[in-house]
Amino acid sequence: MSTVSDEQTALPAKGGLSPRKRQRISRAVQYVILVAIVVVLASLANWTDIRQSFLNGQVAGEGLPELFTVALRNTVIFTLSGYVVGFAAGLVLALMRLSSVAPYRWISMAYVEVFRGLPALVIFLMIGSLPLAFPGLKVPGDVYGQVALGLGVVSAAYMAETFRAGLQAVPKGQMEAARSLGMPYMRAMVSIVIPQAIRIVIPPLTNELVLLFKDSSLVFALGVTAQQVELAKFGNDQASTFANPTPLLVSGLTYLLITIPLGYVARRLEARQGATR
Amino acid sequence: MSAVEIKNLHKSFGQLEVLKGIDFTVESGQVVCVIGPSGSGKSTLLRCVNLLEQPTSGQVIVDGVDLTDPDVDLDAARRRIGMVFQQFNLFPHLTVRRNVTIAQERVLGRGRGECDQIARENLERVGLLDKTDAYPGQLSGGQQQRVAIARALAMHPSLMLFDEPTSALDPELVGDVLTVMRKLAEDGMTMLVVTHEMGFAREVADRVVFMDQGVIVEDGPPEQVIADPQHERTREFLRRVLHPGV
Repeated sequence: MSTVSDEQTALPAKGGLSPRKRQRISRAVQYVILVAIVVVLASLANWTDIRQSFLNGQVAGEGLPELFTVALRNTVIFTLSGYVVGFAAGLVLALMRLSSVAPYRWISMAYVEVFRGLPALVIFLMIGSLPLAFPGLKVPGDVYGQVALGLGVVSAAYMAETFRAGLQAVPKGQMEAARSLGMPYMRAMVSIVIPQAIRIVIPPLTNELVLLFKDSSLVFALGVTAQQVELAKFGNDQASTFANPTPLLVSGLTYLLITIPLGYVARRLEARQGATR
Repeated sequence: MSAVEIKNLHKSFGQLEVLKGIDFTVESGQVVCVIGPSGSGKSTLLRCVNLLEQPTSGQVIVDGVDLTDPDVDLDAARRRIGMVFQQFNLFPHLTVRRNVTIAQERVLGRGRGECDQIARENLERVGLLDKTDAYPGQLSGGQQQRVAIARALAMHPSLMLFDEPTSALDPELVGDVLTVMRKLAEDGMTMLVVTHEMGFAREVADRVVFMDQGVIVEDGPPEQVIADPQHERTREFLRRVLHPGV
C-alpha cells in the first residue's frame, strides 16, 4: 500500500494503477461502447429497404427542378417577407417598450408575452379566421401576405426583446451627446442610437432568421396551391405521391443547405463582435 | 445680458438633494472653472445648464432665454450650447468627419459642402485634420476628446460646457486637450468648465467657483479662491488636491 509520503512525491504506486493509466483505460472502454452501438444498429437495420426508401435516387430526381425553383424559392420568400415584417414591428415594439408613455410600454410588454407564449402553429391557424373579426378584411398578397403576417407577428415578439437589449446596450452618453448637439429625441434615436443597437444585435438577429426559415414550414397549415408550396409540404406531398420517404430526406437536406451556413455566419459575427468590444 | 444666469437652482434625485439653491452668473467671454470634491454637485450643475438634467426648481437663463420655461424650444437652445463630456461620447459608428458634420447637416440643415468645410476648420483648430477619415476607436483618448471639442464647435455655439474633460485621460494626453481649451479661451469663447486641473483653473479662468455639498462655498478670481481661500472647506479641499499624500 502507498503511504502518505508516496503520494506526496508522486512516485508510481507499487500495486495500483496511476491516474493516467486509469484514464487511458476509461477512454478505451468508451470507444468500445460506441463501436458496439454502431455495430448493433447497423446489423439491425434493413439496408436494402433503407436504400430503397430513403436514398432512392430515382424518386429524388422526380422532385427536380421544382425542389429548387418552387419549394426552396417559396420557403425563401416566406422567410424573408416574415423577417421584414418582424424586423420592422419588433423595432417599433422595442421603441414602445422604452417609451416614456406608460400605455405604450404596457402594450409592448403584453404583445411580447402573448406572442412568445403562443405556438406559431396556432397563430397560423387563426390568421385564416381574421376576416371574421374585421369584415371585408383581406390580407394583401394572398397566401404570401398571410405568411408574412403570421411569421412577422411571431418573430416580432422575439425581435422586440432583442432590439430592446441592443438599444439598452448603447451607452447613455450617446443619447446625451446627440441631444446636447440639439438633435430631437427621434432624430438622435434614428441617427445615433439605433444604428449602434442593430450592430450589437446582428448575431441574434441572424439566429432569428434561421429559426424563421424553419418555422416557414408551418405554412402547410394555411392550405396552399402547388405553386405556393414550400420545402416541407413539397417533400411530404412527393413522399405520398411516390409512397416513398426519400423526398422528405431531400427536403430536410435542403433546409440544412441554408441553415448550417447561416448558423456559421451568425457564430462568426458573434466572435468578431466579441473581439472588437 | 449675462451669458448664463442661474437663479435659486435646486435638483434632487429622489430623496437625495444634490443642488441646494445655486445662484451664479457667467458673463459673455468669461471662463469660469467649477471645482470641488466628488459628489459636490458640480457635474449636475453643469448638466442643468443645457437641461440634460431637469432642474427640480429654479431658473436657468442662457442668452436671455429661460430654459426651464416649458414653451422654450430646448433643441434650438442646445444648438447654441456646446458640451464636452468626461467620456468623450463620440459616435463610434461614424468617422471623425461624420461625427463633426452629422448634427450640422441634420439639425442646422447646412449643405454637405458647407458642413465639410466647417468640419475641416474645426478639426484644424484642434490639430486633427489628418484624422478626418479615422473612426473614434482608432484614436487615443486625448485625440477623441479634441474631436469632441471640434464636434461641439462646429455648431458655432455661444457657450461651451466642459464636464471634467481631462479626467478620463492618461496623464501624458491631458496637455493637448488643455492647450486646445486655452486657445479657445483666448479666442473669447464663453466657457463653463468643471475640472480638477488646478493649474488650468489658476491660469485660464476669470473666475473659480468652489462647490461643496450642493452649494457654492466660494466664488471669485482664481488668485483669491485658489491662492487665498477664505473658507475652511475650500482650504481643506485645495490642500488635498494640491498636495495629495501629505
